Amino acid sequence: MNWDWGVVADFMPYFWSGLLTTLQALAWGTLIAFSLGLVWAIAVRGPAFVRWPVLGFTEFVRNTPLLVQLFFLFFVLPEWGPTVPVMVAGAIGLGLHYSTYTMEVYRAGIEAVPVGQWEAAHALSMSPRRTWQSVILPQAFRRSVPALGNYVIAMLKETPLIATIGLMEMLGEARAFGTETFRFMEPYTVVGIAFVLVAYPASLLIRALERRLATH
Amino acid sequence: MDTPQSTPQDDPARPAGDATTPEAVPGAGDGRREDGPELIRFQDVTKRFGELTVLDDLCFSVYPRKHVTLIGPSGSGKTTILRLLMTLVKPDEGTITVDGEHLTHEERHGKLVPAGEKHVREVRKKIGMVFQQFNLFPNMKVLRNVTEAPVHVLGLSKDEAEARARDLIELVGLTEHIDKYPTQLSGGQQQRVAIARALAMRPKVLLLDEVTSALDPELVAGVLDVLRDVAHSTEITMLCVTHEMSFARDISDCVMMFDKGRIVEAAPPEQLFGDPRHQRTRDFLRSVQ
Repeated sequence: MNWDWGVVADFMPYFWSGLLTTLQALAWGTLIAFSLGLVWAIAVRGPAFVRWPVLGFTEFVRNTPLLVQLFFLFFVLPEWGPTVPVMVAGAIGLGLHYSTYTMEVYRAGIEAVPVGQWEAAHALSMSPRRTWQSVILPQAFRRSVPALGNYVIAMLKETPLIATIGLMEMLGEARAFGTETFRFMEPYTVVGIAFVLVAYPASLLIRALERRLATH
Repeated sequence: MDTPQSTPQDDPARPAGDATTPEAVPGAGDGRREDGPELIRFQDVTKRFGELTVLDDLCFSVYPRKHVTLIGPSGSGKTTILRLLMTLVKPDEGTITVDGEHLTHEERHGKLVPAGEKHVREVRKKIGMVFQQFNLFPNMKVLRNVTEAPVHVLGLSKDEAEARARDLIELVGLTEHIDKYPTQLSGGQQQRVAIARALAMRPKVLLLDEVTSALDPELVAGVLDVLRDVAHSTEITMLCVTHEMSFARDISDCVMMFDKGRIVEAAPPEQLFGDPRHQRTRDFLRSVQ
């Protein structure tokens, strides 16, 4: 089978639409994963009646496949409540799943803040909220950036899973295009390259951010 | 009195209350000899860590504007006293009052109940602490290290807090470093910022926990000079744990010698360093000089 640029050209409109979907799901997923992970990480330092439910829930989510969670969110949950748009289900699925990993990143970052920092904040009569906001989280976050960035890239590579609930991200578009035209090589190649083109600059960005944060 | 414990006076295991009531001990005593109410009062305070009794039925008072130095071998409970005052640890028995208010309890409907977080924070505002390891906030520049708590805890405006901070940073001689991060400063400079940070809260009591122990020898003098300045130019009460005996002699109204969680001897520095009454004090002073 020969490479046909004409096929590539035919695929491109579908590709752009798929890329947009991928990036949208990734952006929302990242936002959810980063913020929810932080909520978990702070919650597990709270009183036992908060800690244990959170630990149980996050352990459960981390130990079940993302695919199952996506199916559950999109196909099972509407049986009890309102149907959620597919993008919402996809973003929540990705974000929730990865929040259980970012939680561990934040947790390590928080634990790496020396106990003297807590004591100094305490000695200045800072409220717990102020202590977290001004002292602990800025330091913990700095330590967490590299690992958080790696999870964004990992999440990017898992976005094709959302095609299974009907969210046509770029790999889904490539598959659909191939099934219709019987040309698979061009669309899959384009999508493969696209993953690299998104992931590599992203990792460069993370490394730059890491260097910037390490200056003081 | 060459041999240890040759007289009853030399027995370090005597009840601490006795040792804190010698004649004319300025700054620390039984609450009857000084005019005005005491600022800090420890009443029968016991603190244990597991099996180990760190403070044993301790009683003492500190009066306003006095500078009290705690000396003694490591593990004698000196730092625990500061940490109790800072509510970083809680006493197992006894009560601590600061400026007439209970540190560990509060009055509700005429009854003393364990203090809530808010009450403790209010009382704690009267106390500032400087740590051995400085504990500056590395994510903030020098100026913000000093303004952060006055703005967010005392509710000062940003301008007020900055004016106050600039004065204090000048006092500790670091005006040219005001826009630097702590890691860009030497240990001695960091400790001076930490002193400014504590003073910015205008505490009534300043606790100093071996503030020069983590410093290179050539940086110690600068920090001690700043503290001498603070001691002599302000009305702040100081409670100071130190191994710098000459500094203790300079600034103290009263020096308390601790051993095994009890006060062995409390006296003005001239007496305690010049003519210690207890063998344990003599042994200790000989070992550190």
